[in-house]
Amino acid sequence: MKKTIIEARGVCFKYEGATALAVDHVTLDIAEGEFLAILGRNGSGKSTFAKLLNALLLPSEGSVKVNGITPTNDDDCYEVRKSCGMVFQNPDNQIVTTIVEEDCAFGLENLGTPPAEIRARVDDALHSVGMSEFALASPSMLSGGQKQRVAVAGVLAMRPKIIVFDESTAMLDPIGRRDVFALARRLNVEEGITIVWITHFMEEAAMADRLVIMDAGRVAMDGTPRDVFTQTEKVTALGLDVPEMMKLTHMLRQEGVALPDGIMTVNEMAVELCRLKSNR
Amino acid sequence: MLKNITLGQYFPGDSFIHRLDPRTKLLATVALIAIVFVAQGFSGFLLIAAFVIGCAASTGIHLKYLIRGLKPIMFIIIFTFVLNLFFQTEGKELVHIGFIRITDQGLRMASFMAARLILLVVSSQLLTLTTSPIALTDGLEALFRPLEVIHFPAHEIAMMMSIALRFIPTLMDEADKIMKAQKARGANFETGSLIQRAKAMVPLLVPLFVGAFRRAEDLALAMDARCYRGGAGRTRMKQLKFGKNDVIAAVIMALLLAGVIALNRMNVF
Repeated sequence: MKKTIIEARGVCFKYEGATALAVDHVTLDIAEGEFLAILGRNGSGKSTFAKLLNALLLPSEGSVKVNGITPTNDDDCYEVRKSCGMVFQNPDNQIVTTIVEEDCAFGLENLGTPPAEIRARVDDALHSVGMSEFALASPSMLSGGQKQRVAVAGVLAMRPKIIVFDESTAMLDPIGRRDVFALARRLNVEEGITIVWITHFMEEAAMADRLVIMDAGRVAMDGTPRDVFTQTEKVTALGLDVPEMMKLTHMLRQEGVALPDGIMTVNEMAVELCRLKSNR
Repeated sequence: MLKNITLGQYFPGDSFIHRLDPRTKLLATVALIAIVFVAQGFSGFLLIAAFVIGCAASTGIHLKYLIRGLKPIMFIIIFTFVLNLFFQTEGKELVHIGFIRITDQGLRMASFMAARLILLVVSSQLLTLTTSPIALTDGLEALFRPLEVIHFPAHEIAMMMSIALRFIPTLMDEADKIMKAQKARGANFETGSLIQRAKAMVPLLVPLFVGAFRRAEDLALAMDARCYRGGAGRTRMKQLKFGKNDVIAAVIMALLLAGVIALNRMNVF
């Protein structure tokens, strides 16, 4: 059993002036090294939950323990943010300075890291996201996907254990989207960084290790993407789409084709259909 | 229309002046401004002008650039010149037509004031042309840091300046987008009286402001998420370091000051 790195226990959060809870008694364990996707339609509380993970918001009820710390005061919040980085949705609104490498250094400068070490870690981080050649460029000259990679480098330089991506691909073109997702995946596999990937794209959610669907501030479903998407009706009832192949499986089954569970890609579908055909 | 705005126009290069520490350049500019006011004779001004032109030439920046920078304040220069010319009544009379009376003293004062203004503008332009905005803010922060003892917010001001510089292109793009969107809906920004055109800007400015506030909120959150806690305990990746060149620059400035004072004393002309 892997170590649990994030422990959410009965977490509630209500925005000022709102009547309903944005996050409603969420209990969730995230294991170290896991790639967890959180899926949900607009207003399902997924972004609020993300902000609770690195103490940008503090729960009004319940607790969130991150890397062994349950933040109560400012110093705790600071410690939590050190171990849990966050990449936001809008690539333009999270870059602080006018030079790419200065932006990467921003987090480390805040931590009071010695200059020589900042230099080394920034170069490392930029190399790791494939942005070394843009180190001295101005962020305004970069594409959306490149800006998000810079944002990832800025977080990466701080060497966090967890990175939360809060709909980081929502404003990107398909190429940028694939790029940033692949980067997150690689950091997860190669560096063992725990990833919490918040999204409303099915295709991305389907590629995670584990998928949580949130609805009205609660965890509605939790399991591997295969398990979750196999329950086509339940997913549709939550206002979400299932991946095309899952939908097709569902429709073919209703027509009496004996397809197994968990077909996600076109390839898998082709293999299964061929197998069925040759068996007959 | 929005493309014409160039703020902090930086002219990249690798000259002696480009490579100086931003603090040195800031201090040298302040010193130069002081020296411009110390000068009391034509010879002094000639020396300073020669120095400024020499500096400009060494940076590889075309003189045309510097002269273009004078355009916006041309009116002020002429106004000051005329004012000094007509209202200085002491000295030997040169011209007397009706109520207009020009004296040699007046002409002298007027020329000095004009020369001072021109030298001030050109030398501060040299600073911004040879120093990248980020180096400039770093330099300002470093120079004002001692004042933090008396609660002068040096770090905060520098941070605000660099964020402003960071968001100028972003907001320009946004303004451009909004403008196009409004034009597509039939808005007219180009024709009509001044008042009409000013009124036409309202539907441009309102969404721009709303957008800027939203961005500010996002940015604050992103800075929080990266452990920003203000200037205390913060380090910088790039350390400012005084080098041999900075000492040379200081010596040159001291020599210039000495030269101007000597020329004042000798009363050459």
